[in-house]
Amino acid sequence: MARLPPKVNELSWMIGGPQGSGVDSSANAFTRACAHGGLNVFGKREYYSNIMGRHSYFSLRASRGIVRSHIDDVELLTTFDAETVFRHTTEVVDGGAVICDPALAGTKVSDVDTISRRNAAEIRAQLAALGLGETLGDVLAAAEKRGILLVPIPFKDLLEDIAAEFKIDALSKISRVVNMLAVGASFGLLQYDFAFVEKAISGVFRGKEKLVRMNVWGARKAYDLARERVPEFPIRLERLPRKEPRLILTGSQATALGKLYGGMRFQTYYPITPASDESEYLEANPVLDLQPEAMDAAFAKERDGSILVVQTEDEIAAVTMASGAALTGTRAATATSGPGFSLMMEGIGWASINEVPVVITLYQRAGPSTGMPTRHEAGDLRFALHAGHGESPRILLASGDFEECIRDGALCFNYADRYQMPVIHIVDKALANSNGTIPVPDLSDLRIDRGVLADDGSTFTPEKPYKRFDLSKGPISPRATIGQPGTLFWNTGDEHDELGHITEDPALRNLMMEKREAKLELAAKEIPDEVKLAYIGPEDAETVLVSWGSTKGAILDALDRLAAEGERVGYLHIRLLNPFPVDVVTARLAKAKRIVDIEMNFGAQLAGLIRERTGIAVTHRVVKYNGRPISSQELDEALTRILRGKAEPRTVLTHGA
Amino acid sequence: MVLEQVMKPQAYATEVHVDWCPGCGDFGILRTIQMALAEMRMDPSQVAVVSGIGCSAKTIHYLRAYGIHTLHGRALPYAMGIKLANPNLKVVAVSGDGDGLGIGGGHFVNAGRRNLDMLYIIFDNGVYGLTKGQAAPTLKLGVQTKSLAHPNINDAVNPIWLAMAAGATWVARGYSYDVKHLRDLIVEGIRHRGYAFLDVLQPCPTYNDINTKEWYGGEDRKAENDGRPLPRVYKLEEEKFDPVVRDSSEIEKKATQALDKALEWGDRIPIGVFYKNELIPTFEERIQQRVPTYFERPPALQTISGRDGRPTTDLGKLLGRLTIEPA
Repeated sequence: MARLPPKVNELSWMIGGPQGSGVDSSANAFTRACAHGGLNVFGKREYYSNIMGRHSYFSLRASRGIVRSHIDDVELLTTFDAETVFRHTTEVVDGGAVICDPALAGTKVSDVDTISRRNAAEIRAQLAALGLGETLGDVLAAAEKRGILLVPIPFKDLLEDIAAEFKIDALSKISRVVNMLAVGASFGLLQYDFAFVEKAISGVFRGKEKLVRMNVWGARKAYDLARERVPEFPIRLERLPRKEPRLILTGSQATALGKLYGGMRFQTYYPITPASDESEYLEANPVLDLQPEAMDAAFAKERDGSILVVQTEDEIAAVTMASGAALTGTRAATATSGPGFSLMMEGIGWASINEVPVVITLYQRAGPSTGMPTRHEAGDLRFALHAGHGESPRILLASGDFEECIRDGALCFNYADRYQMPVIHIVDKALANSNGTIPVPDLSDLRIDRGVLADDGSTFTPEKPYKRFDLSKGPISPRATIGQPGTLFWNTGDEHDELGHITEDPALRNLMMEKREAKLELAAKEIPDEVKLAYIGPEDAETVLVSWGSTKGAILDALDRLAAEGERVGYLHIRLLNPFPVDVVTARLAKAKRIVDIEMNFGAQLAGLIRERTGIAVTHRVVKYNGRPISSQELDEALTRILRGKAEPRTVLTHGA
Repeated sequence: MVLEQVMKPQAYATEVHVDWCPGCGDFGILRTIQMALAEMRMDPSQVAVVSGIGCSAKTIHYLRAYGIHTLHGRALPYAMGIKLANPNLKVVAVSGDGDGLGIGGGHFVNAGRRNLDMLYIIFDNGVYGLTKGQAAPTLKLGVQTKSLAHPNINDAVNPIWLAMAAGATWVARGYSYDVKHLRDLIVEGIRHRGYAFLDVLQPCPTYNDINTKEWYGGEDRKAENDGRPLPRVYKLEEEKFDPVVRDSSEIEKKATQALDKALEWGDRIPIGVFYKNELIPTFEERIQQRVPTYFERPPALQTISGRDGRPTTDLGKLLGRLTIEPA
């Protein structure tokens, strides 16, 4: 019988359940409990575009070391519903464990109508091949043959115990507590210190005393029960002493924090998954603290700041309202996802021709059209680059992890002000909804750069008025803001003269086009290499991986494993996608014998962009477009095949439920 | 914000060549905006005029104030962004009826829900002039202006009704050839505390050959006794119409009479204030409920960069909630 080798503080855990039933809370509690004990965690959330009832799940890796991505293998699957068992038991490794409710053993796969017919047929076929029927009991029987430990937890009995203990008259009132029972049982199996579990549950239900007591009591019962039933599960979690505090956050929170730190004071949004989380987080915290030491004398007057978040009627209003705010000198942004971004095209062109510093945070999700609204993809690189008619300069900065979300969130505003153009900050669903622990980032090097500003208005006269698009000072004209005395200016979506009035003069048109494009060249020159890209790995690596965005985590985790096996592989992580860092990318890729482009889209868009801008052709493409982020495990397998010369030029990754 | 010296309307004019067609109603509106700003002695650097696309949109280039000529239908959201970021500014948005009620109809409705303290003027001539005379949202069903191949197949939207339904708290109509009356309406609209909507009837001499200056002036129908034209346009105030809601119990009555009046068209077309209600809190006041310092230090007037360009924002409290203490 397969058994896992004993190990401590390395775990891949998954919990599943119907959407809206509290799976998120249990995932939160599990994550926080691990973190309280000093472990690092990375969690990935998958859910349907649905309010209630559809299958959602959360997979988490806990580790003593750095963990930046998910893997396919599940070592401990925990659930109180049948659908999770049907869908995910095949992902559990031989010798792993499944915590589930024995009362569900008779449930047939065909009884679960939220499983697609294709998936149900597949599950039935797998079971039939083993000579089994189609019940949950059959699934468990198949699992047991692979050495998987079954941990039956009678959830209903436990709920009845809780009801009796806390004098609750109807079980339906406490049905959500099953989530914490599943969490408690997991930690019992893992022999983790229950004090951390208690602390985590208290954190999740902060301020709701009775809920805390009930959930802790129930979790403890389930913990003891699991521990008693399986005294020796080979994986254990134990406290890992740590001296430094860490953060636990999602990509949405990281991005919001970076933007606030960068001085954003106005944000618009129209509700859309997965972008809204960021705006809602900002909206919930409208009053900001200020740092007295940075403020000096002004602090006496200005003790706090504020962020105004406006929910608009659509994304056209979102981008145009943010642009209006930006004209007053406010650092303003909007956040959206694909369909909303599509509506913003005309507004982005307007900001570009009028040289308005506005930031658009683009949370990519699976398209085209509505696509798969709650699923991941990074298919908007080409779109963000070219969005809008005509030629309109913009800066594109893509973040790959939580730290980059924070830094880029702040940097975008500096670039928007300095180069007076829209900046599109590209993030994605996987980043937005994942959470994890990171060291508290040191942001002390970040500065606010507002670019070249117009003088005090008193220097302008009717004969020598302020010119918003002054051509005499190079591509950057000093920027004034609405309300700044003496600096009247005009804006128009038409081509304009130096004052901002409409012109169709061909010579002036050329000058203005050249001015705008020259700002991009300047940005390409001035933006430091460490923002443009990062190279990780040996300098003389013959194989260089190249990618952008949130694939970074899976790539770095895969790279660690490959390095441990003695492979000399490097990774080029490109953050500044426009203006494209031609020289540094060329320098990194020119010598490589093998270049592997890794992307979360069908067309390998970055590979095309690299070819277009540098002339360099990648040798291999690893792409994924099924809506689920790349796992480091499937990437590791794909890269191993490539390194052994056994792979086709194009590999399509397909893992994920 | 108010200047000490007496201002002339001409002080609010730029040197940009005005390229509207001769006889265009836009001239009257431009002139009245300049007159209103002069009467209020507005400091141009504290005024932003925002337009969409079309003939009306060119207005901002002829006005000496911050002039923001935006996208088709989007004058309102740009204007609201400016106003919300700095509520100390006076903000006026101008659109055509196609711009404001057609492509920009969604913003028209949502501006009413918010009630920002600003004025929105629609230059209402029933046609898309700059694209050569297609039917616009206020052109009546069955009317065939001169560049239409067929009579208008769409019915007209009623801007007053729409503004009332959306929640505008000051709703009025002016006529571009009654300059003094229009000037007074613009002044009142700017002074109104809340979202003011002003529909301005305006002939398009090039493309609307039905609702002409002569038609509004009633030149086609003469008084029997002295042969004077009988103007179609009349003033609500001359008929002792009282549009003001003084107590919330009056809202239904005042709204109903406004809607009643707004149905009049053809022989008698009312201009003046249809509805005025300052009992509704403005969007800015609603924000202040959440952020007490909003008026004092709105987004545009906050210090974000401190000593040596250091960010002034202190993330301590927010990070604290996300911090896992040492184990």
